[in-house]
Amino acid sequence: MSGATAAGTWDPDTFHLAEKEDHDHAHGMGGTLLGFWIYLMSDALIFATLFAIYGVLSTSYAGGPAPAEIFELPLVAVNTAILLVSSITYGFSMLAMEEGRLNATRLWLVVTAICGIGFVSVELYEFSNLVAEGAGPTRSAFLSGFFALVGTHGLHVTIGIVWIGVMLVQLGQRGLHVENRKRLQCLSMFWHFLDVVWIGVFTFVYLLGVLR
Amino acid sequence: MSDILKTIFGRLTIESFPVHEPILLVTFAGVVLIGSAVLFALTKYKLWGYLWNEWFTSVDHKRIGIMYIILGIVMLLRGFADALMMRSQQAIAFGANQGYLPAHHYDQVFTAHGTIMIFFVAVPLVVGLINFVMPLQIGARDVAFPFLNNLSFWLTVTGALLVMMSLFIGEFSRAGWLNYVPVSNLQNSPDVGPDYYLWALQIAGVGTTLSAINMVTTIIKMRAPGMTMMKMPVFCWTALCANVLMVAIFPVLTAALACLILDRYVGTNFFTNDLGGNPMMYWNLVWIWGHPEVYVLILPAFGVYSEVTSTFTGKRLFGYSSMVYATVVITLLSWLVWLHHFFTMGSGASVNSFFGIATMVISIPTGAKIFNWLFTMYRGEIRFELPMMWVVAFMLTFVVGGMTGVLLAVPPADFVLHNSLFLVAHFHNVIIGGVVFGMFAGIDYWWPKAFGFKLDPWWGKVHFWGWVIGYWVAWTPMYVAGLLGVTRRVRHLDDTTLQPLFVIAAIGALIIAVGIAGFLIQIFVSIRDRERLRDTTGDPWNGRTLEWATSSPPPAYNFAFTPVIHDLDAWHDMKDRHYQRPVKGFRPIHMPRNTGAGVILSVLAAAFGFAMIWYMWWLAVLSFVGLVVVAIGHTFNYKRDYFIQPDEIARIEDERTRLLGPSTVPQGAPA
Repeated sequence: MSGATAAGTWDPDTFHLAEKEDHDHAHGMGGTLLGFWIYLMSDALIFATLFAIYGVLSTSYAGGPAPAEIFELPLVAVNTAILLVSSITYGFSMLAMEEGRLNATRLWLVVTAICGIGFVSVELYEFSNLVAEGAGPTRSAFLSGFFALVGTHGLHVTIGIVWIGVMLVQLGQRGLHVENRKRLQCLSMFWHFLDVVWIGVFTFVYLLGVLR
Repeated sequence: MSDILKTIFGRLTIESFPVHEPILLVTFAGVVLIGSAVLFALTKYKLWGYLWNEWFTSVDHKRIGIMYIILGIVMLLRGFADALMMRSQQAIAFGANQGYLPAHHYDQVFTAHGTIMIFFVAVPLVVGLINFVMPLQIGARDVAFPFLNNLSFWLTVTGALLVMMSLFIGEFSRAGWLNYVPVSNLQNSPDVGPDYYLWALQIAGVGTTLSAINMVTTIIKMRAPGMTMMKMPVFCWTALCANVLMVAIFPVLTAALACLILDRYVGTNFFTNDLGGNPMMYWNLVWIWGHPEVYVLILPAFGVYSEVTSTFTGKRLFGYSSMVYATVVITLLSWLVWLHHFFTMGSGASVNSFFGIATMVISIPTGAKIFNWLFTMYRGEIRFELPMMWVVAFMLTFVVGGMTGVLLAVPPADFVLHNSLFLVAHFHNVIIGGVVFGMFAGIDYWWPKAFGFKLDPWWGKVHFWGWVIGYWVAWTPMYVAGLLGVTRRVRHLDDTTLQPLFVIAAIGALIIAVGIAGFLIQIFVSIRDRERLRDTTGDPWNGRTLEWATSSPPPAYNFAFTPVIHDLDAWHDMKDRHYQRPVKGFRPIHMPRNTGAGVILSVLAAAFGFAMIWYMWWLAVLSFVGLVVVAIGHTFNYKRDYFIQPDEIARIEDERTRLLGPSTVPQGAPA
């Protein structure tokens, strides 16, 4: 009755597991990745809410500037390209990790972080120009919604950059430790997720805004 | 000089302390007295080390669950004190009598009452119960992310702490329990009240979201072998649906509150009345969170009723799969009804019709559940122990609340009843009759599992009858007053013919106070008489699900061997087939290690919230940097687990063998 079972099917008279490797649950890779996925979904809902808010407020100019007057599409297009490239470079980092090449992993992470820093810098440049033109977040509800949505995305990218920095230190300390691989996979999902969100921002905020 | 003080203390001045309010001074004296007595006792009996090592830093889901429930009970006392103040004010404030609460105080009381009862009573009780019970029911040793669980709890405590601080330092919001704009806009409430609300809820909300992610992952990934989704106890199903809801709705609240924070701190125009702002958008967003939130609370209560009904009728739950589908359908529908909270916004007939009908449709799966419980009881051998008494009281009370809810779902009727006491009576009917009764049923039911002795039934009955009679006496007159046209959040009425209704309601509140006293005495008496109430079997109710298979209280590792499940009522199946508990051959068990990081992060979060509320920018920067540093620092800790060795397990299990007595075969069979 208390004997070990064959994996897969459960002997109807077996009421507990007694084999050597106990059923060790979510402390492994799967649990963390699923949990992180669920976190990303909740984060996606924060963005969904901010998109909805922006949608409601997107024509509430209150006599202030409209999108076409203030958005510099070429600049934003360059920034979009930078972010998309950073996703590719992160992908190279993950490929290197799979092959167990520590230095290549770190190198591509550094390239990704540089792209991220470039993206945030261009965004800050854009923001400071807007504020200087009198199109700051307090000017109208449209601009409040714009700064909240785009700013939240930028904040996420900043967090991603800090995270890459932490991972570089931890990779230096412990190499491709199983725990570090797990973290890099989560960071990978995070980074690509921000890319997806940005495509939404670029399309609905910038492109549609200029068309309006 | 004043510049220096302003830099250090922000807008906190001597005037921020309500020394001119006698009610608050007396309360403060009471809090100081009781607080210092507790601190003194903890120091005298040298309990700090024990509390820190065994509880505060614990990552054990059972202990975290118990701490959540303690938080919920403590905050219930605060929220109920607010209720008593409102009831007594409304009972006397008629005609020439202005009552004893000035308007700005009364408004804070009703705001604090609602905020506390939902966020810091109902949520901690529900999350606590899920934390304690669910991993045991699915045969797991802990949750998926044990440290995160500890952090979630302490962030919730931080939120509660900030709300409590507003009592004595500054003031709380006066804008209703959802902190409605335009009242909470900066120009209408330049004080700290709405800021206390916003930061308390943001910090607690992070905790709740993390906890929900944790629980969903646990249920999906950590069920014992053989436990398919459709063999999972109903309580776990309701916990899954409630936590999926939480993951889905708390981000919306977080975003909405963040925008209001920006409005108040940065000067943006999300919800302002000018520069294109849209106050009704705030209402939409908070109710997109708010309506599913009531299902977050009620679904786990439904789960408790299912477990209790099945156990105390000695039968398998009637219509298990329909119960599961009903739960899932309610989960989905709960997203489609938020607009019924403001039909009067004027969205037009088509929109209002859609939301009205969607609301009414929810009563179908809910009704199916009621019939399932009734059919489970039908021809069962019902034992009217305390948990089962709560189930019956729930069914009688909740059905009325459900029907008044359907009335309110009819848009034309809602145009009359909107913002009336009829509405307030309705939601107290479903929340007290549904959630609160369910939590009490759960506490009575699982207490012996948590502590190894039952709760005293006599005082339990005082608790029970106080709440049930008190509820009906307090809220029936409020239905009537609402139908007569009395609106909510009113401090004073001119029409003295309405006064009897409010006097009766106040009497009802006092009867509930007897119930609450009965509850506290019940706990005290049960701890004092624990030997009399002792249960050594681990299965005092002849239970049916897995949590009753282990000892009470369960060992840190829950199960010495991971159980294998063949049946929905897994433990009943094991007893039925004369399962023999293994007493040897133990192997090392992999467990998470305790950590103080959760407490430290929460203390920093409290400092950050307080600094933001009072504009102490230096402290805000400092505590924020601290939060980031500690959070990152914690990721450098790679030693997060340890093994419980076989000899230790053998010692614990031998003790259980001794307690179970000589009749080890067939253990746990009905006496």
